[in-house]
Amino acid sequence: MESLWLSVKLAAWVAGILLVFGIPLAYWLAFSRWRWKFFVEAAVAVPLVLPPTVLGFYMLVAMGPQGPLGSAWSKLFGRGLAFTFQGLIIASVLYSLPFAVQPLVVAFEGVDRKLLAASAVLGAGEWSTFRRVILPLSLRGVATSAILSFAHTLGEFGVVLMVGGNLAGITRTVSIEIYDRVQSLDYTQANRLALLLLALSFAVLSFVYGMNRRVRRRVWIPWASR
Amino acid sequence: MAGENHILALAIRLFALLLGYAAPAGLCFGQPCEIRVAAASDLSFIMPELASQFERQSGCALRVSYGSSGNFLSQLRNGAPFDVFFSADLEYPKRLEAAGLTEGRVCEYAVGRLALWAPANASVNPASEHWNALLDPAVAKIALANPDHAPYGRAAIAALKKAGVYERVRTKLVFGENISQAAQFVQSGNAQLGVLALSLTRAPAMRQGKSWEIPPEFYPLIRQGAAILKGARNAGSARRFLEFLQSAGVREILRRFGFSPPPAD
Repeated sequence: MESLWLSVKLAAWVAGILLVFGIPLAYWLAFSRWRWKFFVEAAVAVPLVLPPTVLGFYMLVAMGPQGPLGSAWSKLFGRGLAFTFQGLIIASVLYSLPFAVQPLVVAFEGVDRKLLAASAVLGAGEWSTFRRVILPLSLRGVATSAILSFAHTLGEFGVVLMVGGNLAGITRTVSIEIYDRVQSLDYTQANRLALLLLALSFAVLSFVYGMNRRVRRRVWIPWASR
Repeated sequence: MAGENHILALAIRLFALLLGYAAPAGLCFGQPCEIRVAAASDLSFIMPELASQFERQSGCALRVSYGSSGNFLSQLRNGAPFDVFFSADLEYPKRLEAAGLTEGRVCEYAVGRLALWAPANASVNPASEHWNALLDPAVAKIALANPDHAPYGRAAIAALKKAGVYERVRTKLVFGENISQAAQFVQSGNAQLGVLALSLTRAPAMRQGKSWEIPPEFYPLIRQGAAILKGARNAGSARRFLEFLQSAGVREILRRFGFSPPPAD
């Protein structure tokens, strides 16, 4: 149970951080005209391709005392990053980055450009156009982004396995514990935890899609009027 | 048009290659004898040596997959296509035997050994400080394999307890999923010391480090067993390989790679 709570906590942190950093990044990706933008787009998508354990291994190296992350972190806080909850958050943020950014980019790009022009004509600056036009019209994208990064982190395994060190209450997330139970041939406990994780994920996803449905129903669609 | 056809043919050929239809005209193709081996990951350095010796003797090639013994156990129970299973303990193959999934009895092929290991540039030196290295203030994290399911992890905990340092280092311990991952924790500098398999510290990437073999009286024997699996395509050759492992020449290889020969009983 402790591990399930830890996973939820990790997923919530990651989803929150990714919203804060993902929105400006996605905004830039959606509206920038920089010719080398596609390199940034590709870099954001790379964690989709890398096997999680491979990503985790290089995160572990980066978090080491000689690694860029590890040395910067220990200068700031006087301790290492691997085998800590903070370390898990940083690794998971990178791992779930594409899942947070892609839906946001799609949502921002989907906003009718005429509305942006109208907003500019009415004298609104970039910030207030974003706040009063783009963001309200992209709320579904924002919700999808948050929920995808939450769900993706909840079930995360390979990255946590590589950088976590399996410490109870600190880095032993529910997926790690399920794996451990299976390894120790304790299938009963493994099944119980897996079922809990499944039920929780299903509940969260149902809730979100249910909310989305309510948003959608406000729009009248002639061929789906029932 | 002709050019287009050419490209199409090339694409089809590439696709066939990806699906594995094109004959891999390598050494292993058409090999008259091949043994499919599932081996615990602590064997990843000694196995190539054993395989090449055995191949020279018998003409029989080994195709080895490395992994955690526990994973292999689950996979073998569900019909994984292997002929022999080399576990890092005795318990897992015995379970297979009890479930009637083996051809004949489980046999012991080696005994694992433990070592305390630090990278070459570390400030601690287990080679001279022995157990005291664990208590050094510079040591914030000590890596071992997960004692819940990895035999070397279990032995490491037993050794720490026997040496009377367990309570003092308990909060510094971090656990790798298997012994190789524990080694990565130390190699990457995230942990300062590791209680590892001696066989790993003999690996090319780790040989330069500082290591001290923990005397065997500190932990119960890490007896490693192997079994031939029911439905093995090549049970006869697999049996010959297990017999080969009991031969005198192999004992020397075992020692060189950080194992002991199985106890005679």
